[in-house]
Amino acid sequence: MIENALTGSKRYWTWVGFLLVVIFIGFLFYLRQFHEGLGITGLSRDITWGFYIAQLTFLVGVAASAVMVVLPYYLHNYKAFGKITILGEFLAIGSVVMCVLFVVVDLGQPFRAFNLFLYPTPNSMLFWDTIVLSGYLILNALISVVTLSAERKGIAPPNWIRPVIIFSIPWAVSIHTVTAFLYAGLGARPFWMTAVLAPRFLASAFAAGPALLILLCLLLRKITKFNAGDEPIRKLSVIVTYAMIVNVFLVLMEFFTAFYSSIPEHTAHFKYMYFGLDGKANLVPWMWTSVVLSIAALALLIVPKWRRNFKLLTVACFAVFIGLWIDKGLGLIVTGFVPTVLGEVVEYAPTFPEIMITIAIYAVGALIVTVFYKVALTVRGEIIYDRIKPGAKPQSVETIGS
Amino acid sequence: MGIDRRGFLKVSGLTVLGIASGKASETFASSDSHGHTSDGTTKRYAMVIDLQLCKEQEGCTDCVNACHHVHNVPEFDNRKDEVKWIWKDSFHHAFHEQEHHYLDKDIVNHPVLLLCNHCDNPPCVQVCPTKATFKRESDGIVMMDWHRCIGCRYCVVACPYGSRSFNWRDPRPHIEEVVDDFPTRTRGVVEKCTFCEERIFEGRPPACVEACKHGAMAFGDLEDPESRVRELLRDRFSIRRKPALGTEPEVYYLV
Ligand code: SF4
Ligand code: SF4
Repeated sequence: MIENALTGSKRYWTWVGFLLVVIFIGFLFYLRQFHEGLGITGLSRDITWGFYIAQLTFLVGVAASAVMVVLPYYLHNYKAFGKITILGEFLAIGSVVMCVLFVVVDLGQPFRAFNLFLYPTPNSMLFWDTIVLSGYLILNALISVVTLSAERKGIAPPNWIRPVIIFSIPWAVSIHTVTAFLYAGLGARPFWMTAVLAPRFLASAFAAGPALLILLCLLLRKITKFNAGDEPIRKLSVIVTYAMIVNVFLVLMEFFTAFYSSIPEHTAHFKYMYFGLDGKANLVPWMWTSVVLSIAALALLIVPKWRRNFKLLTVACFAVFIGLWIDKGLGLIVTGFVPTVLGEVVEYAPTFPEIMITIAIYAVGALIVTVFYKVALTVRGEIIYDRIKPGAKPQSVETIGS
Repeated sequence: MGIDRRGFLKVSGLTVLGIASGKASETFASSDSHGHTSDGTTKRYAMVIDLQLCKEQEGCTDCVNACHHVHNVPEFDNRKDEVKWIWKDSFHHAFHEQEHHYLDKDIVNHPVLLLCNHCDNPPCVQVCPTKATFKRESDGIVMMDWHRCIGCRYCVVACPYGSRSFNWRDPRPHIEEVVDDFPTRTRGVVEKCTFCEERIFEGRPPACVEACKHGAMAFGDLEDPESRVRELLRDRFSIRRKPALGTEPEVYYLV
């Protein structure tokens, strides 16, 4: 089955080659970081987690969102998702692999990572996060391999896989809940200490993940013969709409509790995010970009006429994805550290090597998704690349990984 | 430091699968080979810092120098890579939740000595995924195994007092004069004050306490009612940093 990844058009190989070059460049930067230490990043004694952990947090959401196609299809027998569940599962696999890589590049002593398993420590949320993430990876790999090989042989998948699939649904919820618990249980960081963090993570995940899936379906429709059909895309767009509304609602709840109680250690973080504190305002332009994108996305999604227009839907999905990437990534992680536990306002910005390593990990994710989609669609006989116009720019394909 | 409270927390910690309470980690750590009790009795070491005496010594950094020297703590000239075990910081940073406009300016305008509080209920221990940070049951010291630490920095994130430093770069070239009888660390691990456990073992006071010529620091066992620390806490009014968090810091400040 996997041999299908090794035959492809020139366009396919150009894209794969491009990703490999990006990965290689990032790897060189990682070697430097490995050699000199994490000192080459923008992280500091005060802001000890940054860009890498932000990506981890965001991508766990993308991984968990596969449940939004798996659940309707398997639990409610919603047939229209039949064609795209495998895409959701492969997207989940790519995302979890990226998550693991982001944890590894963030470690000061990556070669000791196995200490996590040698000295299992159930009181640490990081321990549980490792368990649920690796479990989710295994579940999704198993499910997609079994269902796809059955499909290739033209037979129904074996019966035992169904309970496994059902089991993967609460498991998907658990990966994002446990990731929220990494932050939400720390008395030292009032910004994260909110019971609404896990629900908010799930809501934003169920908006950003399906938004990416819509973009991928529309892209595949353009460059391959695979057509997911209008109905599943429409259904996904409704899911994105509701999830985005819930997410924005939960964010507004945070605002209310912080500002009505006006407890300084709660309000300070929000002030830093949106207005800056002590003249330090690195995050402000980013956060307002996120606000504008979220409002625009909501408008485009809520009005049914606009949502049904695939051009506008594409814009809306980009807006959702990037808006949440900012909000849940840098916004959430960095703001937890500003002001610091000593009440100081310190700033952080990722350095060039840090950004290159990050891009490389995204390229790994893009490569995984590309290869797996290629395999899946070839199995279904839908991958003929004859619809790509020669000279089409690679960036039209870039959304696969970003 | 009621034994009852600890015992209770231990049980409750276990009942929730060791997730909710840091105390559960003690239960695990104590079955580990790390802790050692020399004479079979449990001690609870603590430090008392006299802000009145300390503030009289404007600009004195004897304790800081002594500690950083004997422990091979590197000196970086930028704030980003900084490693520190004990340092002087403003009253505002040390006690920002306890401030008001009319506090004695004499106290507020002088720096406060900060170090790891060796909390009774340490969040850093609770979050560490490898038990590289653990609390010694025999004397309450929060210890670190630098060979086990994977450098995830979760403990740095969880400490409410900013007591922990990460080695962002190789510390060795930045140590002024390497002391041979104490290990140097490598890049990529976390470190912090250890209450000079290696000196206590030999029956000597911590390096900072010994270095303070003005008697502004006292160190001792809280379980012993006759100890100097108990006497000071009995006679004088003392405060701790962020007491509301329930971490039970064991560094006390006399005001
Ligand atoms: S002060 Fe910080 S590092 Fe020290 S024991 Fe308490 S939580 Fe841990
Ligand atoms: S950085 Fe080291 S000591 Fe701190 S939590 Fe991670 S493994 Fe434990």
